[in-house]
Amino acid sequence: MKLKSFGKGGIHPNPSKLTSGMPIIEVGVSSEIRLELAESIGVPSRCIVRPGQTVSAGEMIAEAAAFVSAPVHSPVAGTVKRIEKVRDPQGFWREAVIIATEHIETAVDEVEAELSPRTQEEVDALTPKEIIDIVGDMGIVGLGGATFPTRVKLSIPEGKKAEIVILNGAECEPYLTCDETIMCGYPDRIVAGCRLIMKAVDAPKAVIGIEANKPQAIATFRRYLKGCDDIEVVKLRTRYPQGGEKQLIKAVTGREVPEGGLPVDAGAVVDNVATALAIYEAVYNRKPLTQRVVTVTGPLLRKPGNFMVKIGTTISTLIEAAGGLPEDTGKVIAGGPMMGKAMSRLDAPTTKAISGVLVLPKSMSGRHPEEPCIRCAKCVSGCPMGLEPYQMMNLSIMKRFEEIKDLHVLSCLECGCCSYVCPSHRPLLDYIRYAKQEIRKLPK
Amino acid sequence: MEPKLTVSLSPHIHSRNSIDRCMWNVIIALIPALAVAVWTFRTDAVLTIGVCVAACLATEWLIERFLFHRPCTLANGSALITGLLLAFNLPSILPWWMAVIGSVVAIGIGKMSFGGLGCNIWNPALVGRVFLLISFPAAMTTWPTGVSSGLTHFSGASGADATTGATLLATLNSGNGQIGLDNVDFLGMAVGQMNGSLGEVGGIAILIGLVYLLCTRVITWHIPISIIASAALFSWAFGGNPLLDIFAGGLLLGAVFMATDYVTSPMTHTGQLIYGFMIGFITIVIRRYGSYPEGMSFAILLMNSFTPLINRYCHPRLFGRRKKK
Repeated sequence: MKLKSFGKGGIHPNPSKLTSGMPIIEVGVSSEIRLELAESIGVPSRCIVRPGQTVSAGEMIAEAAAFVSAPVHSPVAGTVKRIEKVRDPQGFWREAVIIATEHIETAVDEVEAELSPRTQEEVDALTPKEIIDIVGDMGIVGLGGATFPTRVKLSIPEGKKAEIVILNGAECEPYLTCDETIMCGYPDRIVAGCRLIMKAVDAPKAVIGIEANKPQAIATFRRYLKGCDDIEVVKLRTRYPQGGEKQLIKAVTGREVPEGGLPVDAGAVVDNVATALAIYEAVYNRKPLTQRVVTVTGPLLRKPGNFMVKIGTTISTLIEAAGGLPEDTGKVIAGGPMMGKAMSRLDAPTTKAISGVLVLPKSMSGRHPEEPCIRCAKCVSGCPMGLEPYQMMNLSIMKRFEEIKDLHVLSCLECGCCSYVCPSHRPLLDYIRYAKQEIRKLPK
Repeated sequence: MEPKLTVSLSPHIHSRNSIDRCMWNVIIALIPALAVAVWTFRTDAVLTIGVCVAACLATEWLIERFLFHRPCTLANGSALITGLLLAFNLPSILPWWMAVIGSVVAIGIGKMSFGGLGCNIWNPALVGRVFLLISFPAAMTTWPTGVSSGLTHFSGASGADATTGATLLATLNSGNGQIGLDNVDFLGMAVGQMNGSLGEVGGIAILIGLVYLLCTRVITWHIPISIIASAALFSWAFGGNPLLDIFAGGLLLGAVFMATDYVTSPMTHTGQLIYGFMIGFITIVIRRYGSYPEGMSFAILLMNSFTPLINRYCHPRLFGRRKKK
């Protein structure tokens, strides 16, 4: 049987899932937590605490400052030490709240005792509007890496109709296994989260899309969903970038999101499985989003694994938990190797966006020297959006941005397939990013 | 102390494909045809191929060293391929100095005058071949005797028999026209018992090369298959024999190794199909109505010239393209 997948382009890199099937390990709370205010796409949240103030675990420390913005909560009980600029993983200065942790051992348990979970009856009584408000108040953002506020995603614009909810369990990035781990561990909670999304957007059915290289996750869900006819598990052909929102919709429904449109224009709402889990925790257990599963992996790490991490823990703490930074490290990446961002420093805090920390040895950190384009067309046939990367790069070098815009460069999802396949090692995506940046500056 | 980390933009991994790997795969794919050439034409083949390859490599090295002042790129195999393909397009008994001239033109004018690898408009080997064909028409159509012409027991008006120095297509073109199909030794033709240029005689060997190129994903099926299909179609439409047109002459060599040259062929699959279709059509028209018995070189060079135009109008289908209202 031919497995479902998106239409055109794409690549099949070596999956390198070193941490597949490994259990989730809790990382201890560190004595200091740094919470960035710009935890989501859009407007950074507005700080509502003062230095010296004590906060309890789960307390909101910054509120949403606009429609596209998400609040931030403290993962620990402690005292606000400072509010200052810290460097983020890429080295940029960002406003952050620094909290000194108290009662390191008891912090989590205390909170769980304080809050009584909602019963199934109470949850059933919630209206769609109330679910969306809880999701917003609990600071939930897309955990696939884009950190788009989930409240905005669930608020279907006037006149549009969501027909299907798609849970994204593709995890097409090599190395990462955080989604696989939670899919195998918490199918019940993910499905409950999925039903909450379905209720919030008023969609009659849902699909969980999982790539074929995660048979255990597929089997777990199939077993759990036996007899359900409103939620279906779809096995997808292993192919990158299947986890791209538009690609996943195409793979599952066969529909294409129109250029410049939103998923709901194709009748779909897509959320990551980790987001569904966070929604479950927020609605049933009244827990804000203050922790996530992060895959810490790399060919040289002594103890790679999937870690449950408090948002705000420094990256170096995570690497210590995985056995420490190897001698020969050349590059540390926040995320996967295809779309992740290389970090310049390790004292930066974990954010909601970080799904993985990939430690690469020096031998895998460099780039090959660039050679002339031989017009092999591999970038054209590799592009999942049907663009012509070679041409955009040439025009970008010549700064002919208007012409690049006419080649639909703004459709580019920056998946990196073009740079990956280029036999001349040309940095196609670098130039395309540059062009996109310059086009946004052009007068409309 | 903070470790020193490399910071670069994604993607952080690469397919490990390289120009060198593509080129050396093409060279491997050329080996079966090379073996048939040596088997059919013996030492003549070895000499001609050796001269062409050496002259191409030398020309490229000299130009890069003394004109471009660029590092040597001979190791990527592209000059070697040009040398091999040029030799494959020459008669085995061509005087060696003509082969040298062809090589210098192929690399010097066909490739380096445009700026080197990736910049040329026409297939360099074909530029060399056509230059020789126009400059030395007699030598370029003198074939060795003692090699089967591809006919088993044909005796036409000129008294040609199976051992004259003429190619099958030349015999057809010179007006000895109506050959019964049973006179053509298809099996011999397919395995290399046929007169012609060095590389074009082993149809089966070239197809083995095609399978290798497809399996290693160096090329896609679009160009070779569309050329073969359109040549067969028009051969049939113009009252010829499709099988004969495909296996005789340089059509297969051109379809598999020359027209598929990355640099000079279109970038999209649609464009490649148009390009291949037109090459097949032009080849058959030249063979039927032109004064040359062979049309493949001209067809490919003509369509090479159209490649930028095809690229301009054939874009890939944009994901989520909105329908025009």
